[in-house]
Amino acid sequence: MLTIKKLHAGVDGKEILKGIDLTVKPGELHAIMGRNGSGKSTLANIITGRDNYEVMEGSVIYNGTDLLDMSPEDRALAGIFMSFQYPVVIPGVNNTYFLRAALNARLNHHGLKEMNAVDFMHLIREKLKLVQMDEKYLTRAVNDGFSGGEKKRNEILQMLTLEPTFSILDETDSGLDIDALKIVAEGVNKFRNNERSFLAITHYQRLLEYMEPDFIHVLIDGKIVKSGDKTLAAELEAKGYSWLE
Amino acid sequence: MPSAPAAAVQVSLCKTMAKSNPIIDSAISQEYEYGFVTDIDQETIPPGLNEDVIRLISSKKDEPDWLLEWRLKAYRQWLKMKEPNWAKLHYSKINFQAISYYSAPKEKEKLKSLDEVDPELLETYTKLGIPLEEQKMLANVAVDAVFDSVSVTTTFKEELGKAGVIFCSFSEAVKNHPKLIQKYLGSVVPATDNYFAALNSAVFSDGSFVYIPKGVRCPMELSTYFRINAANTGQFERTLIIAEEGSHVSYLEGCTAPMRDENQLHAAVVELVAHTDAEIKYSTVQNWYPGDPKTGRGGIYNFVTKRGICTGDNSKISWTQVETGSALTWKYPSCILKGDNSVGEFYSVALSNNFQQADTGTKMIHMGKNTRSTIISKGISAGKGQNTYRGGVKIMKGAENARNYSQCDSILIGDECGAHTFPYIDVRNPTAQMEHEASTSRIGEDQLFYCNQRGISTEDAVSMIVNGFCKKVFNELPMEFAVEAQKLMEVSLEGAVG
Repeated sequence: MLTIKKLHAGVDGKEILKGIDLTVKPGELHAIMGRNGSGKSTLANIITGRDNYEVMEGSVIYNGTDLLDMSPEDRALAGIFMSFQYPVVIPGVNNTYFLRAALNARLNHHGLKEMNAVDFMHLIREKLKLVQMDEKYLTRAVNDGFSGGEKKRNEILQMLTLEPTFSILDETDSGLDIDALKIVAEGVNKFRNNERSFLAITHYQRLLEYMEPDFIHVLIDGKIVKSGDKTLAAELEAKGYSWLE
Repeated sequence: MPSAPAAAVQVSLCKTMAKSNPIIDSAISQEYEYGFVTDIDQETIPPGLNEDVIRLISSKKDEPDWLLEWRLKAYRQWLKMKEPNWAKLHYSKINFQAISYYSAPKEKEKLKSLDEVDPELLETYTKLGIPLEEQKMLANVAVDAVFDSVSVTTTFKEELGKAGVIFCSFSEAVKNHPKLIQKYLGSVVPATDNYFAALNSAVFSDGSFVYIPKGVRCPMELSTYFRINAANTGQFERTLIIAEEGSHVSYLEGCTAPMRDENQLHAAVVELVAHTDAEIKYSTVQNWYPGDPKTGRGGIYNFVTKRGICTGDNSKISWTQVETGSALTWKYPSCILKGDNSVGEFYSVALSNNFQQADTGTKMIHMGKNTRSTIISKGISAGKGQNTYRGGVKIMKGAENARNYSQCDSILIGDECGAHTFPYIDVRNPTAQMEHEASTSRIGEDQLFYCNQRGISTEDAVSMIVNGFCKKVFNELPMEFAVEAQKLMEVSLEGAVG
């Protein structure tokens, strides 16, 4: 599904990722763990195509094409999704409108008929239940006045609605209380199947207690220094990262 | 083409320069859709301004002596006045002697029906999408179209007549309703109010007149469409709207002009009078030619004085404007809240893209008790555009329990534009309640990326973000014009983000 090869990348000429190799197969959930500044978010930004980041070397092949040659919106339309660590506020644009525009862009891209407002309301009401969000949400502006927990649930709601094949969860657990964390993890778990893949970026193993990873990779100073199965998380929790340096 | 004139209104603020943003630069290459010239026989007097020119205009219009005197008085005063320079607008000096002060389509015999109007002219209006023809009756909009200086036709006159509503060109009103004109002309904007109002008073050529009798709710939206066509011609129209006790009217004006290399001057005056319990809603969609997007050459200089007086108790005047055109905009639609419990509102969206400069806002003058005013100003700057909000709220001594709410927001697109805010507040009664909110934001790379990441293109994202920003103002426009305004924003912002 997604193969990253010898990826060197950074910002302003400063190299942050120093040779990443990673293969994610359909249906797998990979967790990337590491301290602040280890390059986790840079990796997410490179995959999704954020401006200002430069790739010095390497490739990110997704279903046979190099993502690095595509615009951010084309990557999204091809099935790449990111749950943002800091979702952005868009005043005056209501959630329903925004999410329908995003869904219709996708339908359009695949040559399918756009969804009308009535059908969309049916769809979104179903999805709202999955993340236990109130219908009032629909008339509010995108992330405007949302609490931290609401923002993260909104990200998951968008994922459930847009049905991407490769989802990056960038620090989705940060700022969540335990109840919200369970709701979010539940949403992701229901969404998992043998075709959809995930890359969960996190500091802590907490999230992984609710969302079982197939693989865990430890990122230190722009390199994956250790990979393992889910037991690695507990080891990291007990010993920290320093033993890997 | 839209079914109504597209136009833009003023915006605002905050002394902030946008910081450079690599993703948001360049382009800004909107195309101006109305830049055609109509090939029509025009009668244009030679450029220049003196008392003889004013006498000529007055005689061409067959005006009564008192009106000529009124013009001459304004002119003599104008000669002593200085062009204002306090606005945040930079332009080379206007040569008032290089402008022609009167231009009209030839053969202006009295026209009895639309069949007699020059087909070229009708063609122009069709291109502009104005519902001039009777077949568009269903649109339920009565239109007075001012082509260069002369009012060409007024539709729906008969139907309005049944309701007792007078809606005609200013010249006709001078002939047919001289008492009303004499009573109200200059009563809100005195002939010598300011430099451009004085110039207008001296040379105005036509405009629209509306009179709503006591207790009448005007059965349809009234609309005036302004078009500048001839080269080197100024357009100086006057609009006067009188709403008698308990009456109600909603009025819309739209404007376009051809693309020309030289700047053209537009200096209009609008006066509104709302008597007891009356309500006037005045909406503008201003889309004059903004000048060449790459060089800034040409475009309309728009110096407009708009003011309404709520003379009676419980009356209300509401200004809504969407200003997307003109090279320069100098415009402050204002309300004098004289009657007790009267209400003034100002809703504005102003866009300055490319080389456009807008200095616009409002003045709310509270005189009566329990008067209320609301100001919502949304400024959008893109390209090298400069957008200034300038607003004054004045609470006079006798205005017990007056309230004002002001909100001035600016949005910046790109790193070469500017937004500036100058709110003036003068409170002379301690019972006043004032609220002022202001914000400046930038369409950020993060907002665009967020939209992109959801599969929404940058262009759609910009228009979504800007329309969200303008929502409060668009909500005030009559329904079909709100849709036009949205579309217009999209067109005007095309290519604003690279």
